[in-house]
Amino acid sequence: MNMLDFITKLLAATLAMGTSLAYATVGEVYTQKTGILNLGMEGIMLMGALAGFSTAFNTGNLYLALMMAMLVGGFFSLIHAFLCITMRANQVPAGLAITMFGTGLANFLGERLGPASNGYNLTGMNIPDKFSNIAIPFLSDIPIIGALFDVSLLTYALYILIPFAWFFMYKTKHGMVVRAVGENPRTAASMGISVTRIRYVYTVIGGMLAGLGGACLSLSFTPSWNEGMTSGKGWIVIALVIFSTWNPGRVVIGTLVFGGITSLQFSLQAAGLKMVIPSQFLGFSPYLITLVALAAMTIINQKKRGSFASPSALGTSFAIDDK
Amino acid sequence: MSELTTDETPVVRMVNITKHFPGVLANDQVDLALHRGEVLALLGENGAGKSTLMNMLVGLYQADSGEIFVKGELVDINSPQDSMALGIGMIHQEFMLVGNMSVAENIVLGMKGLPFVPPMAEIREKITELSKRYGLQVYPDKIIQDLSVGEQQRVEILKLLYRGADILILDEPTAVLTPGEARDLNEILKKMLAEGKSAIFITHKMDEVMEFSHTVQVLRRGKSVSVCPTKTIERVQDLANMMVGRDILFSLERGSYNPGATKIEVKDLLALPVGGGKPVLDNISFTVREGEIFGVAGVAGNGQQQLSEALTGLLKVNGGTISLNGKDMTNKTPLQVIKAGVSHIPADRGRMGVVGDMSVGDNLSMKKYRTSELSAHNIIKRGLVRKFADRLIDLFTIKTPNQDTSVKFLSGGNIQKTILAREIDSCGGILVAVYPSRGLDVGATEAVRQNIIKQRDKGCAVVLVSEELEELLMVADKIAVMFEGRIMDIVDAKDAKTEELGMLMAGVERRDI
Ligand SMILES: Nc1ncnc2c1ncn2[C@@H]1O[C@H](COP(=O)(O)OP(=O)(O)O)[C@@H](O)[C@H]1O
Ligand SMILES: [Mg+2]
Repeated sequence: MNMLDFITKLLAATLAMGTSLAYATVGEVYTQKTGILNLGMEGIMLMGALAGFSTAFNTGNLYLALMMAMLVGGFFSLIHAFLCITMRANQVPAGLAITMFGTGLANFLGERLGPASNGYNLTGMNIPDKFSNIAIPFLSDIPIIGALFDVSLLTYALYILIPFAWFFMYKTKHGMVVRAVGENPRTAASMGISVTRIRYVYTVIGGMLAGLGGACLSLSFTPSWNEGMTSGKGWIVIALVIFSTWNPGRVVIGTLVFGGITSLQFSLQAAGLKMVIPSQFLGFSPYLITLVALAAMTIINQKKRGSFASPSALGTSFAIDDK
Repeated sequence: MSELTTDETPVVRMVNITKHFPGVLANDQVDLALHRGEVLALLGENGAGKSTLMNMLVGLYQADSGEIFVKGELVDINSPQDSMALGIGMIHQEFMLVGNMSVAENIVLGMKGLPFVPPMAEIREKITELSKRYGLQVYPDKIIQDLSVGEQQRVEILKLLYRGADILILDEPTAVLTPGEARDLNEILKKMLAEGKSAIFITHKMDEVMEFSHTVQVLRRGKSVSVCPTKTIERVQDLANMMVGRDILFSLERGSYNPGATKIEVKDLLALPVGGGKPVLDNISFTVREGEIFGVAGVAGNGQQQLSEALTGLLKVNGGTISLNGKDMTNKTPLQVIKAGVSHIPADRGRMGVVGDMSVGDNLSMKKYRTSELSAHNIIKRGLVRKFADRLIDLFTIKTPNQDTSVKFLSGGNIQKTILAREIDSCGGILVAVYPSRGLDVGATEAVRQNIIKQRDKGCAVVLVSEELEELLMVADKIAVMFEGRIMDIVDAKDAKTEELGMLMAGVERRDI
């Protein structure tokens, strides 16, 4: 096997792995840009994976499955929004509770939504159809970048979603409002913007995208249902938001780096090479990179007056008559 | 200034407006009328309720009761969108700008009817045109946090102009500006007013009141206490008197004035605000001696707070020296200052004076627990603390069920007595008291004042910052008047006149009095 082949395969694996991360990260970027920190990603993604898989298993309709995953994701983030925005709860424990609740409920339902023949368990079941890779003739034959043109529909959709998410954030009036609400909610309110409404809307949208991200795993990447199958991806999403400095366009870079590291392990094995890097190291390296990135960003922020800084109002609740 | 005809219906009429905040009556049945082309100066001390009243007019707050008429019609203003649609625009006391966004983005933020993708080129052009017309130089692509305070204020004005507001509310727009910037701003405002716009202008600067306004309205503690045409005002100090109001005079016991050695010596103190701008403390020098109460007068927000923070180690100064009890204490930590014998009664008693969730006893011993009087080998002796606290509760007649009650459940007056007891007990010769009687009822006020005088009679050097001239005239031996970070003058309290102090507080130079 030659090097070109190896890199092409690695990129293909990276894209497959990164798709789920990218959806959830774009969602969480928008949520955090309005000032709401949603640490419930892990639970919401797992619920999305379950909702998608069980819908596909029972109906065979993949698009209905995606919609169910988004609906469930939206519902869970609505709980978070209610706690943090209306009840003004501390966003960190609220998000952690969503993760624990979502994880637990998904695992609970996973053993109950399957067929009687399998003891109602969804684990080990197959779905009639999945999002498989669609190769674009000629383009997909090009070495290395050909991998970009042999992906599933879910990944192709990202080629549109990420640039659009960037454009929406920085070029449209709605994006302007999102940025203002997370940076200075008081000012936004003084300009007649309903901080509460904006925060609700983008927290729910963020959860819908996280649900979709979860469904990417169970409908395309794996595709199956396994207990705890997100295996910490929701936490990687939180790290990726920081890594992409709250810029939806930069989600691409983070996703490729993190997806790449995780895939490297598999690709090395597939290539029949001896494991040079212990798998545990690859497991924790995304978090290690986050630590390094955070420290680097702090230094850059000091020099460049906060251009990579988090939204100023992130994690705080707001009411106009707060003193 | 143009003459005003006021026969037509007012463009804005607020009737019987009342607004509560938890524990505060911010506006109490306030009426206000603004006519076309009129400039109404809204005056009052800090906390009088001016900003609250205006925030209700722009729909940021909702009134508990009362009615608002705009151009003769009863209106329901539920959000700033509503007030903007009525042509009302406000420059808030604190900047309402998003720091990491551009000037142009800030100006059009949240505007109704903006297309999905705002045409930035067009917007930029319109901003440039407006800024040329009014002489407001700004660069539409600059990021707000890179602008000076004066430039940021210009962006605020452009926000109003861009939306075509014709009823302007200006909440202390020049308070944060340097004199030069303030002059420029005032020129621009004059241009805007010349076009027939109406304005409500909140300011503490009497020269601005006299220069701009047709009518003056004074709020005091949430109530409207006076409305009159500006030209009927003969003396500036009448305005100061109206704002401050009068207080009941007590006869307090005090010994004769026999000042001893110098305890506090402040020389050429300079402090700059964090973001740059005009100094908050500008070349401050004074001395305070044993057995002397040094009063600091001024409309709140003229540097008194910063002066007290510099004296107690809470604010780092950029120049000058502070010597306390003969030792250089410039830019030392609060603990070092405490150890040098300084006691502090802070302005914000709830946040800085006590820990609300801790007991009265613990709050009383908070400054002494590390001394051998209350602890041994780093272990607090509870028995000693109990005796100590009970003694202070008795001595200062603090009304509390017992010393284990959380401080936050006490009344304002008793919280203040708790602080007073702790600070006076631990006092090592210097006491810095900031607004010690603010918000207290008659009895507590008297107790606080009497205790401060008692300290002076015992030989303490006291700095007393107060917004009430009556209090200073009654309690202090010397009175310094602060204005815009400077000491305008220092006078002997016994021959000071209220009128004279009022003029100094309004920024009138000594030689002009
Ligand atoms: N959002 C708020 N919550 C609670 N109390 C407030 C709030 N805003 C103002 N107050 C209180 O209402 C009173 C009036 O305040 P304000 O209108 O800001 O006065 P001014 O503008 O005249 O200085 C003050 O006692 C202030 O502490
Ligand atoms: Mg105010």
